[in-house]
Amino acid sequence: MLKTTTYLTHSYGLADGYKLAAYEQQGGYSGVKKALGMPREAVIEEMKKAHIRGRGGAGFDAGTKWSFMPKQSQKPCYLVINADEGEPGTFKDRSIMEKNPHALVEGCIIGAYGIGAHAAYIYVRDELHLSKARLEGAIAEARAKGYLGSRPFGFDYAMEVYVHTGAGAYICGEETGLLNSLEGRRGEPRLKPPFPAQYGAFGCPTTVNNVETIAIAPTVFQMGGDEFSKLSQLHHFNDGGARIFGVSGHVKKPGLYEACVGLTLRELIYDLGGGVLGDRPILALIPGGSSCPVHRPDEIINHPDPRFAPFNGKTILDLPLGVDTFRMVGSMLGTCCAIVLSDAADPVLALHNLMRFYRHESCGQCTPCREGCGWIERILDKIVAGQGTIEELDRVSEIASDITGNTICAFGDGAAQPALSFVRKYRSHFEDYILNGAKSQTRRLTP
Amino acid sequence: MAFALNAEQNQKLEQILSRYPNKMAACIPVLHLCQEANASWVSDDVIEFVAKRLDLPTAHVKGVVTFYTLFNQKPVGKHQVWVCRTLSCALRGSDKILEHCEKRLGCHVGETSKDGKVTLRTAECLASCGSAPMMQVDKTYYENLTVEQVDRILDTLVR
Ligand SMILES: Cc1cc2nc3c(=O)[nH]c(=O)nc-3n(C[C@H](O)[C@H](O)[C@H](O)COP(=O)(O)O)c2cc1C
Ligand code: FES
Repeated sequence: MLKTTTYLTHSYGLADGYKLAAYEQQGGYSGVKKALGMPREAVIEEMKKAHIRGRGGAGFDAGTKWSFMPKQSQKPCYLVINADEGEPGTFKDRSIMEKNPHALVEGCIIGAYGIGAHAAYIYVRDELHLSKARLEGAIAEARAKGYLGSRPFGFDYAMEVYVHTGAGAYICGEETGLLNSLEGRRGEPRLKPPFPAQYGAFGCPTTVNNVETIAIAPTVFQMGGDEFSKLSQLHHFNDGGARIFGVSGHVKKPGLYEACVGLTLRELIYDLGGGVLGDRPILALIPGGSSCPVHRPDEIINHPDPRFAPFNGKTILDLPLGVDTFRMVGSMLGTCCAIVLSDAADPVLALHNLMRFYRHESCGQCTPCREGCGWIERILDKIVAGQGTIEELDRVSEIASDITGNTICAFGDGAAQPALSFVRKYRSHFEDYILNGAKSQTRRLTP
Repeated sequence: MAFALNAEQNQKLEQILSRYPNKMAACIPVLHLCQEANASWVSDDVIEFVAKRLDLPTAHVKGVVTFYTLFNQKPVGKHQVWVCRTLSCALRGSDKILEHCEKRLGCHVGETSKDGKVTLRTAECLASCGSAPMMQVDKTYYENLTVEQVDRILDTLVR
């Protein structure tokens, strides 16, 4: 059942909604006061109860991640916020930084205290100039009030928050690429282990969290972890709370909608997104950023897990958007920002567009990814130009399979997913380009 | 002439340094600062300056500059325009926006208009997919674009 919320978005429509006064009027900075009054371990336990699945794409439980940090550390510890938002189709973190930056600053204090850090770095992609300005403004306001500095809210726990900028590279969204970039290096991902919790920023224990993951933390401490988790219809999947859903592409009202976890794609597209442009049928759906597999709207759910009983027999449009619900049907929730293609769009051109993106953004460290992304793009160039062959089409899937699992970071899998799923699910469209000069294709992406 | 920062810019540099446990971490922010102070591009002089100032090998700084798209390794126009062309924007007509920019500016993607005022580029997803098509002009986002709006925006740049 559709239940929209405003925990993160209450300030979005207000002219001065990003300022401290507006934030405090809505109960802002009351969560952190509670958190700082609790022992560190209790803060982590409360986060665990909230079942916040990482909002950056991988869906790892936030409280559990915090618990990996050393209880005692000789070295300083760091909280690093991933604000490199660059996954195609994803635009939620920018809205938080621009319109509700204090939620992130408050979340940083809570998170840093929970993991034993006294400094948080917010790694913002350089293009987001307004986000950086709003965060700097919020940090200055918080510091002036004494919420940051040597004694936040009178507690003996010194805390600083810094804004760091990237310089244009999607791969810096990958957490270890981000750490290298934060250290002033090329943003090439690192081999894991060691994991950031042991050896992260500047060789010190580090937790990397997404903007939204941290910005929702104050709400958890205001209302209590358990109660927060139960907002979700997927509480029994350990996928708690509310989150920001996005929808872009061929819908009448593209944008961001905050709702309880468990919203379906149908609700997102038709109830919130106003339906498909021109009231056309849906051709394809990408659930949460371009690195997720693409889906046809008529895919039927069938999973033996008893928790799937309510969804079996329905289509993917009616499966609640959750980290595990989507993972268990072979998909991925990703960033929870869906891309919708109506039947006016040509899936061959859509994949061509995405593979150009991945070729451009591959950092080039791993051979399968560096060579594979370029190779797939070149084959698609030929297919789109009417010069491809069926053997080459099959090679796209082979190359994509060879990238999968054979790279240092998950970029490779993210590039392979669209290639594999588009070719498998829209094969006749690709064949039409090869065999019939694309006679029955729209050859366009726009309606 | 060798590149240098003025007093105010130097103060900014010191401020940047104060945020990190070592000097290397300041590399990217300091490169941004210097690029801005050097007509929006990173010359060999800038690289040399940053390397010296942060006690880094020149090759390290050069490696960083070449990794990131937003460091310009050649002079650019007075203004920079990036049109996002990734899927969500493409689904809402970014190709028309781009085509129109090329026509209006009389240059192709990757080039600078003859009067030296505007460098036109494409960008990959700029986290504005819900308000596509969009473009970035210097530090400002313009969203839900129509061709008419693009005209008005470009007018202000080439004036
Ligand atoms: C290629 C690639 C790009 C990524 N980009 C982002 C990003 O822009 N923002 C983000 O929060 N996470 C991104 N991630 C996921 C991060 O590696 C990491 O899982 C996340 O920041 C952890 O935060 P969370 O647990 O709070 O979600 C990316 C991962 C990969 C492999
Ligand atoms: S695709 Fe253009 S902003 Fe995301």
